[in-house]
Amino acid sequence: MNAFSQIRRNDQPIYLDYQATTPMDPRVLEAMMPYFTYKFGNPHSRSHSYGWEAEEGVEKARGQLAKLIGADEKEVIFTSGATESNNLAIRGVAEFYKDRKNHIVTTVTEHKCVLDTCRHLEQNGFEVTYLPVQKNGLVDLHVLREAITDKTVVVSIMAVNNEIGVIQPLAEIGKICREKKVFFHTDAAQAAGKIPLDVEAMKIDLLSISGHKIYGPKGIGALYVRRKPRVRLVPLIVGGGQERGFRSGTLPTPLCVGLGEAAEICMKEMDGEAKRLKKLQDRMLKGLHAKLPEIYVNGDLEQRIPGNLNISFAHVEGESLMMGIKGLSVSSGSACTSASLEPSYVLRALGVEEEMAHTSLRIGLGRFTTEQEVDTAVADLVHQVTKLREMSPLWEMSQEGIDIKSIEWAAH
Amino acid sequence: MPAFAYLDHNATSPMRPAVLDAMIEALRAGGNPSSVHRTGRTARARLDAARRQVAALVGALPSEVIFTSGGTEGNNIATACTARNRLLVSAVEHESVLKAAPRAEIIPVDRNGVVDLAALERMLAGSEPALVSVMLANNETGVIQPVDEVVRLARTADALVHCDAVQAVGKVPVDVHGLGVDYLSLSAHKLGGPSGVGALVVRAGAPFASDRKGGGQELSRRAGTENVAGIVGFGAAAELSHGGLGTASLRDRVEVELRSFAPGARIHGDAVPRLPNTTCISMPGVKAETQVMALDLAGVCVSAGAACSSGKVTRSAVLSAMGVEPAESETAIRISCGWNTASEDIDCLIAAWKGLYIRVAHSDLSRARAA
Repeated sequence: MNAFSQIRRNDQPIYLDYQATTPMDPRVLEAMMPYFTYKFGNPHSRSHSYGWEAEEGVEKARGQLAKLIGADEKEVIFTSGATESNNLAIRGVAEFYKDRKNHIVTTVTEHKCVLDTCRHLEQNGFEVTYLPVQKNGLVDLHVLREAITDKTVVVSIMAVNNEIGVIQPLAEIGKICREKKVFFHTDAAQAAGKIPLDVEAMKIDLLSISGHKIYGPKGIGALYVRRKPRVRLVPLIVGGGQERGFRSGTLPTPLCVGLGEAAEICMKEMDGEAKRLKKLQDRMLKGLHAKLPEIYVNGDLEQRIPGNLNISFAHVEGESLMMGIKGLSVSSGSACTSASLEPSYVLRALGVEEEMAHTSLRIGLGRFTTEQEVDTAVADLVHQVTKLREMSPLWEMSQEGIDIKSIEWAAH
Repeated sequence: MPAFAYLDHNATSPMRPAVLDAMIEALRAGGNPSSVHRTGRTARARLDAARRQVAALVGALPSEVIFTSGGTEGNNIATACTARNRLLVSAVEHESVLKAAPRAEIIPVDRNGVVDLAALERMLAGSEPALVSVMLANNETGVIQPVDEVVRLARTADALVHCDAVQAVGKVPVDVHGLGVDYLSLSAHKLGGPSGVGALVVRAGAPFASDRKGGGQELSRRAGTENVAGIVGFGAAAELSHGGLGTASLRDRVEVELRSFAPGARIHGDAVPRLPNTTCISMPGVKAETQVMALDLAGVCVSAGAACSSGKVTRSAVLSAMGVEPAESETAIRISCGWNTASEDIDCLIAAWKGLYIRVAHSDLSRARAA
């Protein structure tokens, strides 16, 4: 029996939004259970066995996480999630070194929590360069090299984009940063556990991880902080001095254990799972292309995690499409901003036209996605898109060969 | 088989079974509450229900509750969210307040650990309007502060008030509007909920600026995907904590029995109102570490102070602020009961403690004879 049957009931929609969040793997929950129940101690209690037992769980998890990214366990600190990790990495470094350096380099397609942190720093006297990306969503290494100055303290470039799934050339970015003697932070929330990451080989100094994007629990994440050469940070949360002073607060033992277990499972199953997802991705794309003309994949298809597709369906109104496919849980962009009707800033940064950005869907495939679900989703999408296009005068015109952009609309 | 008695609930409390059930359901359902689709909306509905439960526990409006990663984060946010430069904090605050406000002026406490209101009044008369931070109940002694009085004084001086209620909520009834504070920090794992979740209650209309940046979660007051299952667990624990803890008689028994065989024992803060679950006792002549180790060997879990700092053995800052002499504070241990503490746990503690006391007293006696 597929583990998924324990998670999804038949009356629930097909979940295809794995970049927003992932269901927790039942094996992760199983590992957490003792720490929810009889191993409930405070891991910072040094005076009794309940505390030691909890600490043991936390430290094992730290080791599992370190292994996933090729780090030493002393370099991993637990946070409440990737948003906190990203805030801590960028602000912590910027504020620590602010007497000597005041410049940050990032890209326009970063997650909102990176962009907002940078905006906040700009208001506090820092300078930020927001690098454009190429049409395929990847950063241009020459442009990056040019942007780094002797005032640059950190380069923050995400490993995998949350909307279009493209993988940035981490090793090359790391090499440039090391040459230029600036820190390299990468938001790996969407990458960890999905693609091989090695902080040594890729010369990464700071790396953010999220629990709930890798089949672990929500409310937990981690930040890798390099020790050699040492990266120093001003903490965001102070108090009891836990996590080597980088992050105070009682560690949530079950969540730490869950994150560790999730990391270990991802690592063990990464190769096989990547191949399986690649097949599903191909199957979905082939199925859609076979029945639907004028659909466009946004972002590079090769330098991309297999669990993501981002497709624009020309001449279909995005909202109507979303309403039509109620049996599928997909999204039109990032979850944080999905309540707004603004077109995705990531797609706009690739140069996707506003109309096309409005008709795009992010489809996330993951550990519990089955071939049958992909087929059902394809059939649903084909049916809805075809129906909506039949009702669309724009579609009719475009089929007749009229260039819609050339039409001069009469003013009302 | 050795008996086990967990009497360190102020460090963390085991989760209530119903809390775990609620969490597992939420974990199985999954979903990101910011997603528009059905899976997301279901998660959002769970989040909203939990927000109502937590709000109800402290008499707040649901919209006044911001979920955080725990008490420490709540205290950190509260000390930074008002843009006030002048901070007045009590000498017995938790480290997550003291370290978040390193330049704060310290309000002294009396020998019972209660804030000196006259001193506060003088301090408030100073130049610019301040933020005052006074905890509701102390984590080491359980002493309850006259927060309503603090608020009354603060209001006359246009000061805002933050109250760290992490140790009080769930143990005694708390009403945020009755107290009149502007900010109130809560933690789930101290009341039988999960660790990794807390809340900051921000009174409607109180100033609030956050510098944690990201998606617009929690009405743009705290970015980051919400820990849905944890928050659901917090809600369930809140629901079960309305009456507070009925552990006063258990705690009192600890004190009475200990004093009966160790007449020199001193209970810190026993002259003033305290939480019904906490006692901080100095047993004369026996170092706290020795007691904690001996009790642990006997299967009894207690602590020699706050868990967060218990990695390092330093003198309790709380007891120092109360004017307790070093020789006496070095012998103080904290015993804290919780929702599942039974009379047998106390039996276990008393037996082990008595054994230790007699051994130590006996060896002192034989040493005295030998000399």
